[in-house]
Amino acid sequence: MSYGILVVSHVKEIADGVLKLIAQVAADVPITTAGGTDDDGIGTSVAKITSAVEHNEGDEILAFYDLGSAKMNLDMVMELSDKKIHLYNVALVEGAYTAAALLQAGQDLPTIEKQLQPLKIK
Amino acid sequence: MLTVANTTKWLQLFTDQVNTNQDALNQYDTPIGDGDHGSNLARGTTAMMDSLNKADLKSVSDVWKTAAMAIISKVGGAAGPLYGTAFLEMAKASKDRPADDIAVQPLIDASLKGLLKRGGAVPGDKTMVDVWTDVDADLEKGPLTSDQVKTAVESTKPMEAKKGRASYLGKDSVGHLDPGSVSSGFFFESLIQEGEIQ
Repeated sequence: MSYGILVVSHVKEIADGVLKLIAQVAADVPITTAGGTDDDGIGTSVAKITSAVEHNEGDEILAFYDLGSAKMNLDMVMELSDKKIHLYNVALVEGAYTAAALLQAGQDLPTIEKQLQPLKIK
Repeated sequence: MLTVANTTKWLQLFTDQVNTNQDALNQYDTPIGDGDHGSNLARGTTAMMDSLNKADLKSVSDVWKTAAMAIISKVGGAAGPLYGTAFLEMAKASKDRPADDIAVQPLIDASLKGLLKRGGAVPGDKTMVDVWTDVDADLEKGPLTSDQVKTAVESTKPMEAKKGRASYLGKDSVGHLDPGSVSSGFFFESLIQEGEIQ
């Protein structure tokens, strides 16, 4: 079982920035992003999230998001997608970074989830 | 009873109201949100009417499903997944009904359940759920009136927001109308205006 990371933000540059940061510690972890609306405005897009899930090479996805409505769109994609998506209500940057670093180090999902627990903020 | 024609008309009236009041909706969203509820919803409802005008609508369920997909794909804020979910639930609830026997109340009831699940808000949290809950109960007793809609929308004013962007403001959200409740008010006013449905 391989895992990939999905970063969802209301702003394209935030998603790109988180990717830049976490890719540094996770060269071999599949990471895809969905930032902003379809026309790169502020918000999230079901189409972009779906595409980021499909294009992620991980068999299962660990998803991180910034604000409430990103979660609602993620929930919708989870209901429609064939891929298993694990959604974490944790701080976006710290959560994605922690998961990326631990995946790169070959840690299993229960260990990663234990480390994510204290980062839960929503 | 709902038909393809009067359901489409209902959504056209809603779209007109949202577009006419776009700036007002943005203003309701400014002190307690991110100020884009009107613009977001105007873009979404306009795209929704484009889709509806182009689609081959064979049933009431088709109308709601087409509307839902347009809203979900065009509205980036919370209104997208919320109105999208509400309309998808209406599509599901009307799907297996006989074409000449689709009443509005069971559809609103199904939508409300979808909204509660999608957004995680409960009545009293100062969200659109407050309006949909009141309207659902009012519709159970008989045709909806403008006064009932107004009362439902106004009820959000003294509430302290517990969900959504406004919840970050805590007690400072008291005294403002919830923008999603105002737009939901337009949705139900449009239902009443259509006249033929209830």
